Amino acid sequence: MGTLADLRSIPVDPLEPIPYRVVELVQETVDVITVVAAPVGQALPPAQPGQFMLVWAFGVGEIPISVSRMAADGRVMLTVRAVGQVSGAIVGLQVGEVVGLRGPFGTVWPVAEVLGADVVVVAGGLGLAPLRMAIDALVQPDPRRITVVVGSREPAQRLYPGDLTGWAEQGASVHETVDTADREWHGGVGTATTMVERLHHPHQAAFVCGPELMMMSAVRALAQQGVPTDRTWVSLERNMHCGIGHCGRCQLGALLLCRDGAVVRWDHVEELMEVRGR
Amino acid sequence: MFVLDPATGLDALVRALVDDGYRVVGPLVRDGVIVYDDVRSGDDLPKGVTVEQSAGRWRLTIDDRPTRFSWTPGADSWKRFVFPAHQEVLRVRHVDGSFATTRPPSPDRPLALLGARDCETRALGVLDRVLIDPDHPDPRYAERRADTFVVAVTCGQPSATCWCTSMGGGPRPREGFDILLTEVTTGVHRLIAEPGSERGSALLARVGIAPATDEDHADVEAVADAATSSMPARLPGADIPTLLAGMHHPHWDEVAARCLSCANCTMVCPTCFCSTLSDTAALGADHAAGAETVRVQEWASCFQLDHSNLAGHPVRATTMSRYRQWLTHKLQTWPEQFGTLGCVGCGRCTTWCPAGIDLVEEAAVLIGAGAQGGTP
Repeated sequence: MGTLADLRSIPVDPLEPIPYRVVELVQETVDVITVVAAPVGQALPPAQPGQFMLVWAFGVGEIPISVSRMAADGRVMLTVRAVGQVSGAIVGLQVGEVVGLRGPFGTVWPVAEVLGADVVVVAGGLGLAPLRMAIDALVQPDPRRITVVVGSREPAQRLYPGDLTGWAEQGASVHETVDTADREWHGGVGTATTMVERLHHPHQAAFVCGPELMMMSAVRALAQQGVPTDRTWVSLERNMHCGIGHCGRCQLGALLLCRDGAVVRWDHVEELMEVRGR
Repeated sequence: MFVLDPATGLDALVRALVDDGYRVVGPLVRDGVIVYDDVRSGDDLPKGVTVEQSAGRWRLTIDDRPTRFSWTPGADSWKRFVFPAHQEVLRVRHVDGSFATTRPPSPDRPLALLGARDCETRALGVLDRVLIDPDHPDPRYAERRADTFVVAVTCGQPSATCWCTSMGGGPRPREGFDILLTEVTTGVHRLIAEPGSERGSALLARVGIAPATDEDHADVEAVADAATSSMPARLPGADIPTLLAGMHHPHWDEVAARCLSCANCTMVCPTCFCSTLSDTAALGADHAAGAETVRVQEWASCFQLDHSNLAGHPVRATTMSRYRQWLTHKLQTWPEQFGTLGCVGCGRCTTWCPAGIDLVEEAAVLIGAGAQGGTP
C-alpha cells in the first residue's frame, strides 16, 4: 500500500477555515450586505467567476456563499442575505471582526468558451452575485455582444445598481424587470422570463442564475429563442456542506454539486431537474 | 504460504502484531453479536461461532467446534476505525483579534484489522477512493489508512444475505490485505496463511509453523470454490448502472411504503460515507478572547430529513425520494462519481433492515429482468 503510505501526512486540511478580517460592509438592500474580507495571514487562492467559499461565523456555523468579486491584495467580496442563523450572523458582522473562509470551491462560468458569441446573462434576485465576475469578464472585451437580464422582486431589492449602469455604459444591453413596481420605476415589470421572451436578438449562449423555478422557466424561454441547451449554463444549489465532495449532501443525480457544480451545463441536468425530490 | 495452528498460530499472529506496535482490532462475541474491537490475544477471537442471516434477522450460535472464522460479520464494520462515527476535526480559539486552529493528536498506534472479509477489504478500497481523492484528500482518514495492516480471511460459510459474487467480489480476497488466512476444516483443522505484502510476508515468517504444501493450496481453493457455489450471482454487477430503472418507476413508491426511513442501512453500510460537520461552542463562547469552538465530523445519512436541506427545507421530503436517492447512489451514480460501485455485496443493509427490505430483491425488480440465478 505504498500510495497510501505517501499520504501519511497531508499538510492542508480542507475542513479548516482560514481567518479573514472584515474590512468593509456594503449595504446592498435592506437585508442584503456585501462583506469585503481581507486575509489576516495567508490568503486562499483567488476565486474564479461562479465559485463559492464556505464562510464560517465563529461559534455559529458555516454556509456556502458565492464570491461576487475579488479585489486587490486577496480581498474577497461575499454578498449575503440574512435568512437563517449563520447568514444572520454574517450580516450582523462589524468591520474589524474575523470570519473563517474555506475554498474557493466548484466549477466556473465558461467565459472563455463563449467569448465571441452573443451571450445573454439572466439573473434573478441574489443570483446576480455569482454572475457578477462573469459579466465583468464578458463585458470587458466585447460589450456589444452581451445582454444582461435582471429580475428583482421590487425596485428596493435591486442588487448592484451601479454595476448595471456601468455595464450599460460600456455598451452591454441591460434589461431590468421587477415583480412589483412603484411610482418611480421606469424599467420592465414581470419576471425575468417575461423579459427573456421579449428579447428579439438571437443569442448563442446563456448563463442563468436565480431561484430554481425561475431558472427552469428562463432556460425554456431561451431554448424557444434558439439558445442551444449545450450552450446554456446554470448555477445550481444544494446542501453544499463540506465543499470537497466528501459529505454526500449536495448530490443531484451523479453530480456532487460542490465539486461538479455549482455551474453546470443545462443539457447535463435537464432531465433530472424535471424530477421532484431528486 | 504458511500453515498456522488455529489456536497457537492465531495467538502468535495477534501477539506479533501487538509487539510490532499495532492496535489490533478483531472480531469479538459481545452481547450476542459479532463486534469489532481491541484484541490482545488469539483467545479473544470467536470459537465455534456460526451466524444465520436473512432480511431483518441475524442470529449467532456457539457450539463446541474449534472453528475460528465460521461466522459472518455483524452490523459492525471496519469503517468506524478508519472513519470514526464521531471525530474531532479541529479546535478554534480566538487569539489576538483573529483565531488559531489546532488539530487533535494523531493516533498513537497504527491499526491492524484482523478478520476482514473480501467485501470488507473492497469496502475499504471504496472509501479510499472517496476520501483520498487527489484534489482534497481527507488528512485524518489518510493518516489512519496509511499504515493499516490488514489480515483478511476467506469466507468459508457465507450467509444467505451475502451477494459479493454479484458485485465483482468473492469469498477469497484478491487484494487489499497484508496476510490472507483461509481456515480449512477438512482433514487436520488448520489456517493457511498467504502474504499480500512484504510486511505480511515478514510477519508470517515469524509466526508460521510450516510452509504450505500442494495439498494445502488445493484445500484453500476448495474452501473458496464451495463458498462461491453457495452464493450464485443475483445481480449483474458492473452492468447494474445502465440497467437500473429511471426515477419514475412505480416500484420506488412500493418500496417506500415499507421503508421506515430509519437510516439503519446507511449506518451499517461499510461504504456509506455521508457526514455532517458541526461546530460546538464552549459554554459562554462569544467573541471574547479565549472562547473556543470544536469542529466535529459525524456520520450522517441520506435518510435523514435534513440531509438535503436547502434554505431550511428538505429537497427530498418523502421516504420515496430518500430511498431512491440511496439505492441509485449505491448502484447507479457512484461509479460516475468515484469510478467504482458503491455496493460490495456484504448484505448488512438487508440483514439490519427492521422492515426486512432486501436490496437484491428491490434492485432485481428495478432492473426489470428479475434476479439472476436462484435466491439462496
